[in-house]
Amino acid sequence: MQMNITETARVIRSKNAGPFELTLDIIFKSEYWYKYFKNNNIINTKVISSLYGVNESDILGIIWFEPANAVKATMVRRISSGAAGETDIYGAQQHAPLLGITFDYSE
Amino acid sequence: MTPEITKYDEFVVLSPTAILGYGFPIESFKRGIDEKPNLIAVDAGSTDPGPYYLGSGHSFTDREFVKRDLRIMINAGLENSVPVVIGTAGGSGSLPHLKWCEEIINEIAAEDEISFKMAVIPSDISKETVSTALKSNKIRPLKGVKELTQDLIEQSTGIVAQMGMKPFIEALNQGCDVVLAGRSYDPAVFAALPVSKGYDVGLSLHMGKILECAAIASTPGSGADCALGRLRNDSFILEPLNPSRKFTCESTAAHTLYEKTDPYHLPGPGGELDLTDCSFTQITENSVMVKGTKFIPEKTNTVKLEGARVVGYRSISIAGIRDPLMISAIDTILEEVKQAVENMGKIDNGDIYFHVYGKNGVMGPLEPLPPEEMRSHELAVVIEAIGDTQKKADTLCSVTRSTLLHFGYENRISTAGNLAFPFSPSDIRMGEVYEFSIYHLMEIEPEFQVIIKTVGK
Repeated sequence: MQMNITETARVIRSKNAGPFELTLDIIFKSEYWYKYFKNNNIINTKVISSLYGVNESDILGIIWFEPANAVKATMVRRISSGAAGETDIYGAQQHAPLLGITFDYSE
Repeated sequence: MTPEITKYDEFVVLSPTAILGYGFPIESFKRGIDEKPNLIAVDAGSTDPGPYYLGSGHSFTDREFVKRDLRIMINAGLENSVPVVIGTAGGSGSLPHLKWCEEIINEIAAEDEISFKMAVIPSDISKETVSTALKSNKIRPLKGVKELTQDLIEQSTGIVAQMGMKPFIEALNQGCDVVLAGRSYDPAVFAALPVSKGYDVGLSLHMGKILECAAIASTPGSGADCALGRLRNDSFILEPLNPSRKFTCESTAAHTLYEKTDPYHLPGPGGELDLTDCSFTQITENSVMVKGTKFIPEKTNTVKLEGARVVGYRSISIAGIRDPLMISAIDTILEEVKQAVENMGKIDNGDIYFHVYGKNGVMGPLEPLPPEEMRSHELAVVIEAIGDTQKKADTLCSVTRSTLLHFGYENRISTAGNLAFPFSPSDIRMGEVYEFSIYHLMEIEPEFQVIIKTVGK
């Protein structure tokens, strides 16, 4: 069954992690979905780099954080926050590509 | 020697608001005071609003509201003999920010006829100190940051170092009623006093890390409400001070992720917080207990430096586009306009950026939606011109605006003008453009000077 990530996540957001990094958070609705995503490796460096059109080497890490049933991906910012050519100083509206993640669900 | 903390001890910290000047409901604050806090602490800054504020010395918070928050906090602190600690004064914590905040405190003291002992702790680092450290290989960039150069040091308007707990402890040991500090590691503002009394460093800093955002870590979150922390010998407890909010395991753990690269390992001055064995337990309907956080001291003491430099001057113009033919060819048109302006020789030492809202104004080059899938029936274009003087930026903005307005693009049928301007004048001077020039670790711990003053009367 084809599913969209928004059916499984409570929070999907982006934000600066300091002025030189952008971090993406996905907080799942339950431990079940957290484990499903983790065990099936649905969020990985390759997925994030292709969604955002950035090099895999610019993805600093994918970290699974069980206490919050969350996964986080952090990338190097294209330019530092507020430098010439900036579009989003806080990095708070860079999450939309994540909303399009779909996966084939099987129990 | 500090006495050992037993299970009967408790250290209560009141955090009024996420950032000084964001405000808080007075009822929440009073509930916090009723809990007899040992400390009132607040974080006053952030790098989030961008490099302009550090570089220019201006605050991103409003003076009237900073004064309002401080007046309530300082008066309550004095009445109840509770120290009030403020970190990263003025938003970025450099000398102009510190002075700005000190002036506000002096005004409050004069108007309310109060007098108290205050410590002021500047965090500015001289360019000589940074240069010397650079020459002796004691400076390294944080992730995504270029190597530091002597030129970048020279060009930076102010350089601050993020202080840890030490200067706060020194100030509080001298019995100060108020501590006003420059750039600070946010958790240190909250943790210094309990750590000086013997509470666990890891738990104190972790509690500070959450309380520095006050009610943001509760649910529903708010940047303008109070929160309370109770530190114990083996844990800490987070409580809301507004009956409409709760701290839940979920909200607290989720906050741990916020704005961090790695939620398990949180580096700071003097060492790292290790959350690998951390547990969150719901102990009442609205409060959470946290256990297991460890502090791993680092071998060499490092301090984070921040600096910003001017890279030019900016002028902008805002306009709308409704013509479907123009919208369908917008990329080509903007490229041709840029080229036309360049051909007139007006672009030397200048740059033009088009922010096209309705297309990719928010994500720029990161926007994954292909242009042919764009469905907007109207676009907003922000013309951004950057020059090496304000005059040049104005000229570049003006010429780009007039060129775009009357540009005869292919197949055009609307020949009176391509842009809808909402304002006259159409162009806005934005002043200096800054960028973060320094975001590096220095392997030398600077001496932060603690200046003791008597305020008022």
